[in-house]
Amino acid sequence: MIPAPARLSAWDLVAVGLAGLRARRGRAVLSALGVAIGIASMVAVLGISAVSGAGLQEQLARVGTNVLTVGPGHSILGSEASLPLESVARVSHIPGVVGATAIGYVNGATARRTDLIDPAITNGVGVAAARLDLLATLKGTVRSGTFLNAATARYPAVVLGTYAADRFGIDRPGRQIFVAGRWMTVIGILDPLPLAPDLDAAALVGWPYAERELGFDGHPTTVYERSTDDRVTTIAKALAATANPEHPDQVQVSRPSDALTAELAARAAFNGLFLGLGAVALLVGGIGIANVMVISVLERRQEIGLRRSLGATRGQIRLQFVVEAVALSLCGGVTGTIVGLAASLLFAFAQGWPLALPAQVITLGVTAAVLVGVVSGLYPARRAAALTPTEALATR
Amino acid sequence: MNVIELERASKTYPGGLQALREVTLTIGQGELVAVCGPSGSGKSTMLHLMGTLDRPSEGRVRLLGHDMVTLSDRRLSAVRAHWIGFVFQQFFLTPHLTAVDNVAARLLYLGVPARRRAAAAREALERVGLGNRLTHRPHELSGGERQRVAIARALVARPVVLFADEPTGNLDTASGAGIFDILWKLHEEGTTVVVITHNTDLAEAVPRRVDLLDGRLQ
Ligand SMILES: Nc1ncnc2c1ncn2[C@@H]1O[C@H](COP(=O)(O)OP(=O)(O)O)[C@@H](O)[C@H]1O
Ligand SMILES: [Mg+2]
Repeated sequence: MIPAPARLSAWDLVAVGLAGLRARRGRAVLSALGVAIGIASMVAVLGISAVSGAGLQEQLARVGTNVLTVGPGHSILGSEASLPLESVARVSHIPGVVGATAIGYVNGATARRTDLIDPAITNGVGVAAARLDLLATLKGTVRSGTFLNAATARYPAVVLGTYAADRFGIDRPGRQIFVAGRWMTVIGILDPLPLAPDLDAAALVGWPYAERELGFDGHPTTVYERSTDDRVTTIAKALAATANPEHPDQVQVSRPSDALTAELAARAAFNGLFLGLGAVALLVGGIGIANVMVISVLERRQEIGLRRSLGATRGQIRLQFVVEAVALSLCGGVTGTIVGLAASLLFAFAQGWPLALPAQVITLGVTAAVLVGVVSGLYPARRAAALTPTEALATR
Repeated sequence: MNVIELERASKTYPGGLQALREVTLTIGQGELVAVCGPSGSGKSTMLHLMGTLDRPSEGRVRLLGHDMVTLSDRRLSAVRAHWIGFVFQQFFLTPHLTAVDNVAARLLYLGVPARRRAAAAREALERVGLGNRLTHRPHELSGGERQRVAIARALVARPVVLFADEPTGNLDTASGAGIFDILWKLHEEGTTVVVITHNTDLAEAVPRRVDLLDGRLQ
């Protein structure tokens, strides 16, 4: 009976492939590096996008998408319009509205760290009167200190937005700053307000104090209202006319959570660019592996000839070299995935986002590495298998 | 039974060089045959045809009565794995593997499970007198020892026939003699051995000698 070829076990195939790599360690590491860089950059991009997406989504879930703002549009004459005195009260009576509040910028007022600083240099920090329910309606939080209350709203007390506090170099309450020509005490510093990012750069003072002492006319600049989710679209249509019945066209209604939603979408587009760059790096890595494998086949003709003389079939030789290329690529791929994940987790940690391991990204990184290995190993493997035993053995 | 039959086997290499011309030769079970002839006379070519490493351009090659010419490349590989052992002048050992692993590599293509390979390899190395060199790597072995590892690798699969192409070509006289002793011993144990050699002493001593000149049997 003429014998039939034996099947190599998967374990034996892997062992033979790895032995080939161990014999040329330095070169293996260098060629795996190319793939590692490609995979690491792709995994990092996708990972960062995943954790930041998760971060944004968490933020959205926390602050809700049911807040609408009514701000001054521009009057026909071009001057900035403000809202009527009673607009907050009217908005709060719309069915479905669960909370309405407002701020009003104090015209011409600036906040400075001390009176020695030139008023022209305000660091972009404006002074606004705030209603007491502002923070609750926007679901904002204080970083330190307290928000205004009925008592402090009557006194020279100021709450700083996160950006304003950073600008003044103030990280806890107690200090005096120079607001609208007088010294006022900082009683609190806010966390970022995702639904009202302009207030991050504001100094907030009590509404009654502003009217009494700072010459504030009491007209809201922006009204914020929160409603039940199902009423948002209906209310959006009625809001302009309710807030300013005489000049509904001079009022601008917007949904601040839209900016966050848009950021999520924009991120995806931005990722495309970096993913493309990562793919190019991966391609170059794959070509590097193909190169190293072609050289390896040239150098190892005698080994190939010997294996053929020992009874290896063409298919087994081909498989050996493909396995070797895949092992190479996978080494790079696993390293790259770990590095990329570490980068995205570090990023998430630095941003205070939830640490989520994006499982799809890991699968993608490893799969991409295997694919690159197979594709780049196929050609060298075919060349190795095409050698006849005598050709291969005759190599000097 | 005849182990090898060549019937008017010819080999013409691409380019037109006729290295073997209508050779007819029969080798029986357990024979020890020395193949002699000047360099370029076609000895290796004939060995390659008998060992199914290459196919004849014309004529028949039969092993154990089976026609080899009509077999597929896959089947020929299996024939080499199960029936044939090769020993080459250049040893062809894998540098970073120990003697045991070099010998065990032979069993891979026979489908012997990994756990049984090392034991069989050790046994084969002991047969060629290398029981004390099991974990040495090729560069830690003398030329004669390396060739003995190669012989152990050929033997470990218990082949029907052992082909040796100038096995002592790279060795000094003493080591060469050691190799011939092993081949003699294998012959006495019943293995069919075909050895190409320039060594006249051996050629005189063996029971059967085949001479080639310009690709023809003399
Ligand atoms: N692959 C090959 N292609 C072309 N010519 C070859 C090849 N192998 C051997 N030859 C030629 O065939 C002849 C016989 O070679 P070979 O069988 O190796 O002789 P020997 O082993 O007796 O020295 C030589 O002239 C050699 O140059
Ligand atoms: Mg020769």
